[in-house]
Amino acid sequence: MRITEHPILTFKRGREVEFTFNGKKMKGYEGEPIAAALHDNGVRVLSYSKHLHRPRGFYCAIGNCSSCLMTVNGEPNVRVCTEKLREGMVVETQKGRGDIK
Amino acid sequence: MKDTEIAVIGGGPAGLMAALAAAEMGARVTIIDRNSRLGGQLVKQTHKFFGSEKEYASVRGIDIGRLLSDEVLKNPRIETMLDSTVIGYYPDDGVLGVEFEGKTFVKIKPKKVVVATGASEKFLPFENNDLPGIYGAGAVQTLMNEHGVVPGENVLMVGAGNIGLIVSYQLMQAKVNVKAIIDAAPCIGGYWVHASKVARLGVPIMTSYTIKAAYPNEATGTLERAVIWQLDDRWQPIPGTEKVLKVDVICISVGLSPLTEILWQAGCEMKYVPQLGGHVAVRNENMETTVPGIYVAGDVAGVEEASSAMIEGRLAGLNAAKSLGYDDGTYSEKRLEAIKRLQNLRSGPVGEKIRQGLAQLVSSGGDYNA
Repeated sequence: MRITEHPILTFKRGREVEFTFNGKKMKGYEGEPIAAALHDNGVRVLSYSKHLHRPRGFYCAIGNCSSCLMTVNGEPNVRVCTEKLREGMVVETQKGRGDIK
Repeated sequence: MKDTEIAVIGGGPAGLMAALAAAEMGARVTIIDRNSRLGGQLVKQTHKFFGSEKEYASVRGIDIGRLLSDEVLKNPRIETMLDSTVIGYYPDDGVLGVEFEGKTFVKIKPKKVVVATGASEKFLPFENNDLPGIYGAGAVQTLMNEHGVVPGENVLMVGAGNIGLIVSYQLMQAKVNVKAIIDAAPCIGGYWVHASKVARLGVPIMTSYTIKAAYPNEATGTLERAVIWQLDDRWQPIPGTEKVLKVDVICISVGLSPLTEILWQAGCEMKYVPQLGGHVAVRNENMETTVPGIYVAGDVAGVEEASSAMIEGRLAGLNAAKSLGYDDGTYSEKRLEAIKRLQNLRSGPVGEKIRQGLAQLVSSGGDYNA
């Protein structure tokens, strides 16, 4: 959910863009982190762990911890907490390590 | 290969102040930051700062970030490299490897380096601590205050230090329900003014409580409830005191640890100092590490807070410039003033932990007793 009213902050958002998450169409704002757009769309599970396949979300949100690695436009291991959302991005849940093509 | 006189790694409060101080002395500076904007974590600090006027007391962190960034951007002696991550330091030839915009590799050869990389959030062991819905308190602050998205509906805050208290208040400003703030310690770690603000709004602050486990919603796999329990006076959990809280978000606010990778690579002598958040570089009172020409400032030099980070940055910047021969005649005076301001900030009971930590860290030769 987006914050619309805030006692201190006003949010400057980019233009609205469309992207897909596991094939499903979603909307977000250009230039915001992919993770923020996903969170707003109710997506909490971003990847599954290597060995026990446990669901993972983000943890640090500033690019430190590697908890939020996803496949973006076919490229695995993208830190979606810092990677900026662009029009038409194809975002997918990552399972395990990811493959280098 | 790109040359610069002083490379400042990290454009947060410490790095910005280091760059401004060095430029003020006459040095040419390059700030390297992995984000698309300067300011570091100041950009999400909506609360007003304490300290004295010189440390921007009663100004909100977000505004301090803006003020310092503007000053840096219009300073002709400072160059700013954004979207640039320092990924390595080669001690043999003193070269920094920088990944620019995730695509290009740039080599920089600075004469001096100020490492102001900050810190990362610590984690806590408990059953199912990896569930989606369990986030660092700072992460939730970023999501809310920088990107304008709320983390969820009901939050359990683990940790009643300043970050835990401040983020709890900010969650309520974003109309999110904070069910409780718990802390394993028998007393509240943060400032009373922050604790009072949340307590007045009816949020229970439960000391001597810790988290036992988290459990997911079977269908979604994401956090649905948390179990907390009480600790006795020897920090052991008391069976039978468990309480279940229905929360979709747990914020972990149990401290930060310095981001020291570059210092290790450079071969700086490191020491484990729990009071300062973990491994930190041994340094002298001028913020110079055991590797000549490499300085530290801010949380990477020992986790503290933004006001002291700014002054440490200033001290590091002044000294890095001075070591290159830059001195407009004001160096000694400005250096002493910075040291005095740090002593002021660290005086009193609140600064005791930091004073203990620094006593173990600051290398001999200096008469540093801040």
